[in-house]
Formats: sequence, structure tokens, C-alpha cells
Amino acid sequence: MVQYSGQVDTTFGAIADATRRAVLERLARSDASISELADAFDMTLTGMRKHVRVLEDAGLVTTEKIGRVRTCRLGPSQLADEARWIEEYRQLWNERFSQLDAVVEELKRKEKTDEPGRGD
Amino acid sequence: MNPAAATDVTNTENQTTVERTSDREIVVTRVVNGPPELVWEAWTTPELFQRWWVPKSLPMTLVACDIDARIGGGYRLTFDFDGSTMDFYGRYLEVAPPHRLAYTNEEGEGEPTITTVTFEATDDGRTRVVYHDRYPSAEALEEGAGSTDAMPESFAQLDELLATLNEAE
Repeated sequence: MVQYSGQVDTTFGAIADATRRAVLERLARSDASISELADAFDMTLTGMRKHVRVLEDAGLVTTEKIGRVRTCRLGPSQLADEARWIEEYRQLWNERFSQLDAVVEELKRKEKTDEPGRGD
Repeated sequence: MNPAAATDVTNTENQTTVERTSDREIVVTRVVNGPPELVWEAWTTPELFQRWWVPKSLPMTLVACDIDARIGGGYRLTFDFDGSTMDFYGRYLEVAPPHRLAYTNEEGEGEPTITTVTFEATDDGRTRVVYHDRYPSAEALEEGAGSTDAMPESFAQLDELLATLNEAE
């Protein structure tokens, strides 16, 4: 019944590495060049190229070379879609929580001015 | 490890993390800059809740908000989306201020989604908020979690397969 187990092994190998998962999350935000990724993860270009190749083999990332710059973006794989989806959801909650922070900040200030000297 | 997780790597101050812990559960975690009592207040007081729940980048507003945070009590949120309104409502299952809140989301058909929120004090006087949604099915999660792109149904199957492989490692 499971006909894509070979592909899944490749996919699983690709995402078993924490750096490669972080690269996927980064690409869910926006496309990036190999050198941008290497900088972001404090790695050598060669090291990052290897990670990207593994992700590319799994269909999680596609790359395109224009001039001297190789640009990476999320690939056609279902897991790449999922990374994109989760990132959108995370951004929604990030914004929501930032707004909650603002409300809580205000409550904190109010507590200080409304009840001076009251320690509880 | 879970492939279906996202962490904000650019903001080390207050990270929002999202994790799909199963095909019908999603967990959001974030530290908020205030004690649990105040976060609870912001979460259960209608005038306050109304000010932060809807991200400003979304083309919708929360026009009415009733919150009766008691066991057996309920809530109703009315959103305006491009001139048409939508109601979201449910009832409270657990109300333990300022640490734990659980409620149903009844607007869909069939079994409700259950939301559980915990507010845990951190050592430095802030609050770790863990927001947990349990959907009645994987399909309901995909529809309900506010995604703008539909996720293919096969994700759930692929997730299961990967979980099996993960256990086998």
C-alpha cells in the first residue's frame, strides 16, 4: 500500500538534521541564497551547500542559479507545504501575542499607578 | 523530533513556537511579559481580549465579544470580515484562574474543537502561555487553523509514517 517509502526515507533523512529543519523554516519565511543561509546559520558555504543538496534531493527545496548566486526556495514536497503552512500560523500567533504583550504592559503600568505602595 | 514545527529564530527575546503534536493537535507556546494574573485578565476580560486577539494584519475585526469565564459559562465572538459577520462561540470546561482555561469551539459541525490554555509563571515574573487546540479530526485542523493554503490530506498519512520511522530509529 505504501508505495513511496523510498521517497519517505530520503525525506526522513533530510529532516532528521536540526540545521536542515531550521533551513526549511527559514525558507518558509522567504527565499534565500546559499551565502545568506550560510551566514544565518554561521556555517561555511561548502557546509551549507551540502545541507541544501540533501534537502533538494528530498524535494523539500529547489535551487536556481542566476549569475553567481544560487537562490533556494521551498520545493514541491508536501512537507515543504507543511513548513509553509506552520510558518503562516506561527506568524499569526506571533502578532497576536505581541498585541497581548502590549495590553499586559498597560495593565502592569496601571497596577503601579492605581495601587501605589500596595504590596501583594 | 517533529518536522512540523516552527520557531522564530530571529527573535530570541520572546519566541513563538508552533508544533503539530499529532494530526489533530496544534500547540502554540510563547512567553508574555507579565505575571499570570495579568495575562489571565487580558484573556478573560472582553474589553481587553477584543484589543489583542485579531492580528492587525488580518482584514477582519472583532466587533462584539462576550466572555463569561465560569464553568458552565460561555463566550461569543463576532467578527466582521469584509462587511459580513461570523460568530464563534463555545462554553468553558475548566476555569482555574490564573493558571488554566479550557473551552469548546462549537461553531463547526459535529464534535467541537477543545482549546486548553495554561499560564505558567516563569522565574523572572513573566508567563509561559501554552495554547493547545485539539480538533475532532485532521481535516478539521486543516480547515480550522486559519491556514490560507489548503493542506493536502495526505499530510496526516505522511506524518504517521514519519512518526513510525522515528520510533523505529
